[in-house]
Amino acid sequence: MTAIDPTAHLTAEQIEELGRELDAIRDEVIASRGEKDAAYIRKVISAQRKLELVSRGVLLFSIFPPAWLIGTAGLSVAKIMDNMEIGHNVLHGQWDWMRDPKIHSTTWEWDHVSPSEQWKHSHNELHHTYTNVIGKDNDLGYGIMRVDEDQKWHPFHLGQPLWNFINACFFEYGIAAYDLELGKNLRKRRRNNPEFRARAKAVGRKIRKQVLKDYVIHPLLSGPSFLTTLAATFTANLVRNIWSHSVIMCGHFPEGVQVFERRSIKGETRGQWYLRQMMGSANISGSRAMHFMTGNLSHQIEHHLFPDLPSNRYAEVAVKVRALFEKYELEYVTGPLPKQVFSAWRKVFRLSLPNKKPKVKTPDREQELVAA
Amino acid sequence: MTSAALRSRAWKLLEMVTTPLLPSDYLDLVSPLRAGADLRGRIEAVHPETGDAATIVIRPGRGWRGHTAGQYVRIGVDVDGVRLWRAYSLTSPTNRQDGRVTITVKAIPDGKVSNHLVRRAKPGTLIQLDQATGDFVLPQAKPAKVLYLTAGSGITPVMGMLRDTEFDDVVMVHCAPQPQDVIFRNELHDLVAAKKLRLTEVHTDTDGMLDIARLDELVPDWAERETWACGPAGLLDAAEEHWTEHGVRERLHTERFRPSIVVAGDGGEVTFSATGKTVDADGATPLLDVGEEAGVLMPSGCRMGICFGCITPLKAGAVRDLRTGEITEAEPGVLIQTCVSAAAGPCDIER
Repeated sequence: MTAIDPTAHLTAEQIEELGRELDAIRDEVIASRGEKDAAYIRKVISAQRKLELVSRGVLLFSIFPPAWLIGTAGLSVAKIMDNMEIGHNVLHGQWDWMRDPKIHSTTWEWDHVSPSEQWKHSHNELHHTYTNVIGKDNDLGYGIMRVDEDQKWHPFHLGQPLWNFINACFFEYGIAAYDLELGKNLRKRRRNNPEFRARAKAVGRKIRKQVLKDYVIHPLLSGPSFLTTLAATFTANLVRNIWSHSVIMCGHFPEGVQVFERRSIKGETRGQWYLRQMMGSANISGSRAMHFMTGNLSHQIEHHLFPDLPSNRYAEVAVKVRALFEKYELEYVTGPLPKQVFSAWRKVFRLSLPNKKPKVKTPDREQELVAA
Repeated sequence: MTSAALRSRAWKLLEMVTTPLLPSDYLDLVSPLRAGADLRGRIEAVHPETGDAATIVIRPGRGWRGHTAGQYVRIGVDVDGVRLWRAYSLTSPTNRQDGRVTITVKAIPDGKVSNHLVRRAKPGTLIQLDQATGDFVLPQAKPAKVLYLTAGSGITPVMGMLRDTEFDDVVMVHCAPQPQDVIFRNELHDLVAAKKLRLTEVHTDTDGMLDIARLDELVPDWAERETWACGPAGLLDAAEEHWTEHGVRERLHTERFRPSIVVAGDGGEVTFSATGKTVDADGATPLLDVGEEAGVLMPSGCRMGICFGCITPLKAGAVRDLRTGEITEAEPGVLIQTCVSAAAGPCDIER
């Protein structure tokens, strides 16, 4: 709903044809899913567990600075792997086809304060169905930020760079709060709603366990290294939070990504839904290691088109998807991590202020947007 | 404090160390067959028996409680990355010194698991195991005279019995298309040579299918024998009828391998077993809609197959994925996305 509709040149038939071509890409991957993919996720899970075990072991001696550095780095990476390439993707049902009850969206629990069950609802169901639809997709600004010119400005938004920074540092708590729709639920009489209370209790339980593990038990086990281990786990959680916040900001916030009005999705066809995912997401370019550490959310566009395809297949899918973007003359928003993070942050800052000009669709305005 | 209570305290503490995972998630990395783990086994060898049958030697985990001759075990094998469960008769004697057990598998046409086990299974592979089960077993008191009536892979549970218990007077009638299709043929002939078994092979390619009336000629005293029969449904149906007719039905013990075969069609009768509702569904309507129409409270989410908020156990029958046309058959633990699955024949949805 930006001033220029970047899909205006497409006819309804073309959009449906695009949908069919995307379906074909999906079917191809589904038909070829197999042993190699299963071996991949098992290897990643096993590597993550070993890395976490070794890192925590090293941290028992974190009183020695090299041990602190190695252990903290290892634990940070292990936590990122747990949340991104494993947790996020398993909870999407990407590996349900293996029928392994130990690697299944219904049984998986992750090292994250938001319980799997709640996260699946707000993320898989709300965010992925209503991607970038203002008022429906809470991921859009997590309810605390203004992310599009068309959203009404409020003095509260002046502080949004700060809110966003705090959110980045304590991202998992932010996510848990947003899964609980904390703001909305604490108001009025809703806080006494038994369903909300039960969910809040589940979050409380999860937080208690994580805090106990990271900030009490492991430091205690370290004996004389108590304080340094405490600092190490705090650092690892901070690194994990800032990293995942950055990756996720890159998915939907960089310049060039579209947001949509609530009424625009009424009666949406499959082709239109696909198109919205294409225009509402952005990628991060980079090495294989970068894709791995982002949980392949660097392929955000492909992930949004096919949220249940195994993450290890997004790279090959991306080549075909990008070709479709070119064929249909659509902009494939992508760039290296620093560029995308900068772009997203710039938007956060820009939109913390009211719009510079009254929003009128004039040729001037279009010129300006193209230039941007 | 008792040692059990102490252990449980220690375990609780360990759980606090590993949360949200369990200590077993880490222990599984190094010792998947340990006591207390989910029951698994490791394939240690695969010995071909005939052109399309092989014996799989399995080292079961420490939790294995042993078996009785004639019983079967359900195993979960990953085929092309998908875990599939099948039941196979145990063919090893119960007192095998090395603690290994064997199953003997015949590759059936289009059989995903059987072909995988016979032709592609590799030593070292972990498989999932259930405890042995089944009541196709020998009685405590040895019967004086025994008849084994088998066909094809129906010989497998009986082989488990033959290897386990010696009887004074044992006759076996076994049917297979040709001599080279007889599983365990050498071992059977060794038993015959040692006068431990009287064997009649019926080669159905040349002799035709076994006519149950021929038993009078092959084993004149068949009616006096405690009989264990295992093979295709046709043979077992005929046997049951024959034994009933002669008033000796209680001497016949039968084992059927596949009670029902799922035929994937287009639409069918859908049962919501938890609610007790049954409705007709066509092959194009998502089961989520079918259930909701019928007034069943169905979990739902995006309604387009992306959020997995609607997954529900499929207890029986088959469903078709409306996007890919892929058929999913009911097996224990199989969950389906009801918003993008339609009935492919009669099915049972646990709601």
